[in-house]
Amino acid sequence: MRENFKTMPKSDKVFYVLVLLVLTAFFIIVLYPCIYVLSASFSSGTAVQSGRVVLWPVDPSLEGYKTVFNTPNVWIGFRNSLLYTFCGTALNIVLTITAAYCLSRRDLPGRGGITLFFTFTMFFNGGIITTYMVVRALGLLNTPLAVILPVGINVYNLIVAKTFIQNSIPGELLEAATIDGCSDIGYFIKIVLPLSKAIIAVLVLYYGVYHWNSYFNAMLYLHDKSIYPLTLFLREILMADQIDPSTVTDPELQARIAEAAGVIKYALIVVSMVPVMLLYPFIQKYFVKGVMIGSIKG
Amino acid sequence: MRKKEKALREMDAIMNHKPLKARVFQRWQLYLLLLVPVAFVLVFNYGPMAGLVIAFKNYNVRQGIFGSTWVGLDNFKEFFTSFRFPSIMKNTLVLSLYNLVVTFPIPIIFALLLNCLHGEKYKKVVQTVTYIPYFISTVVMVGLVFQILNNRSGLYGSFYQLINGTVGPNILAEGPLFKHIYVWSGVWQGTGYSAIIYIAALSNVDETLHEAAVIDGASRWQRVLHIDIPTILPTASIMLILAVGNIMNMGFEKVLLMQNNLNLDYSEIISTYVYKVGLASGINDFSLSTAISLFNSVVNFLLLILANFTSKRLSGNGIF
Repeated sequence: MRENFKTMPKSDKVFYVLVLLVLTAFFIIVLYPCIYVLSASFSSGTAVQSGRVVLWPVDPSLEGYKTVFNTPNVWIGFRNSLLYTFCGTALNIVLTITAAYCLSRRDLPGRGGITLFFTFTMFFNGGIITTYMVVRALGLLNTPLAVILPVGINVYNLIVAKTFIQNSIPGELLEAATIDGCSDIGYFIKIVLPLSKAIIAVLVLYYGVYHWNSYFNAMLYLHDKSIYPLTLFLREILMADQIDPSTVTDPELQARIAEAAGVIKYALIVVSMVPVMLLYPFIQKYFVKGVMIGSIKG
Repeated sequence: MRKKEKALREMDAIMNHKPLKARVFQRWQLYLLLLVPVAFVLVFNYGPMAGLVIAFKNYNVRQGIFGSTWVGLDNFKEFFTSFRFPSIMKNTLVLSLYNLVVTFPIPIIFALLLNCLHGEKYKKVVQTVTYIPYFISTVVMVGLVFQILNNRSGLYGSFYQLINGTVGPNILAEGPLFKHIYVWSGVWQGTGYSAIIYIAALSNVDETLHEAAVIDGASRWQRVLHIDIPTILPTASIMLILAVGNIMNMGFEKVLLMQNNLNLDYSEIISTYVYKVGLASGINDFSLSTAISLFNSVVNFLLLILANFTSKRLSGNGIF
């Protein structure tokens, strides 16, 4: 309901102005660091080091990006991260959607028990040490599979998908399909999957962002730099205050890195965000939807 | 035609409650589909749970899980009596409670305010921009915090110099400030995302309630108190239960990345200590670290049950 601002009582006017001020303040607090990072990444190394960047780029230059793109590790990391994100998400989707379909079938004997089998893991887990032992026992240490298989299925996402299938696909379809002689697997492939495109999009976003951003499993399980995801190189560069000199052979480049440490970090932050930001229009469309489905108790 | 009849008979069987065996057999394809997902959860979620027995053993690689000797509660005793225990416990409680008290209500307030805002376009812009930070990875987020709070080249340094004319103190090296930096950077990153669920709940408010309240002369603030807040209360209690059930697991990755030798006295929490004892230091004491981790999980689980029970008693809302 939209009241007219002019005719409303004075106390309401004050209230609305306060609301506007508080929200705008918060909006600026969130937005400002984002703009600052973007501006700093396009400034010169010396301007960033001396703290002269405040809002817009100072001495605009691309030196940060040049150094980032001349660092082989960034390319290796980018490639590995894309690969892990793609394969990991594909596996996640297959596992999640099949399990969600089965759990959504009310005529599945033992459905309650199987659901509990999944959901219990949301609230109790073995912890990192014993998980590490399982991964080690399976011989997955230091292989790309170590960052893909252990997170094969996320139970929260499973519940979201199950709730969606239950609520959006009418039960009459199952009856009609069964009468026409459709098997359970046939019904899944021919009816459920085509009608679940929206939830699959949500799952792709959830899992994709998760894989792109995750670092801890990689840090635990991977030792060879050639299979590091981007986040591990980011951690090295952002936390350890320098790019590993042993990977940079060109002395001129080394000197430039020393001078431009700050701007490189900002450029790196921007580069690492590019894939997620490319997805942002889709995120806007589906992400909110996903959160809302998740909020309905299944 | 025969196929159709058979199918009809099957439907009939479901309706007429055939014996369990027959019903199970009819759904064999579903069990087949479930096989792989169940196997994954069994291996990677229940496998580690089974491994928790080493908390009660003196595990070493050579003897394996089964061959290692039982030591009862020795590992737990070792942790509870260690000189690090009081400070780790205190840090865990302080950080998680502080985090809960701040990051739980702020998204609710944000959603309530946003709901009051006039102008659909501005509302949309504010909402869209405020959940951008949610997509920043922990590594980048912590890197960003370090850069911005740098006392020489960061945003904080620039402003400090602008106002005071001198180089500011290095706030990243001051232990007591750790919790504030941790919690408030979390507010910056998570508020917009956490608010989505409340905004969705608020969009379902019955408009006639507001109209009736306006006719009765209720101010906007009174309508927030008596219409909007009761509307999101069920959602909020569920979110609170989940938050309490996760209280001991909070932000392990972020804390780990934010730790340095200067703030370690204030930033070492149970989960980071587990990681160090078990995997990151030279000691690699799997049994001790698993015991600590088990203690953490059990406390967490009990808190979840307690929160759920309390919420059910008070408001009738619970997750199980």
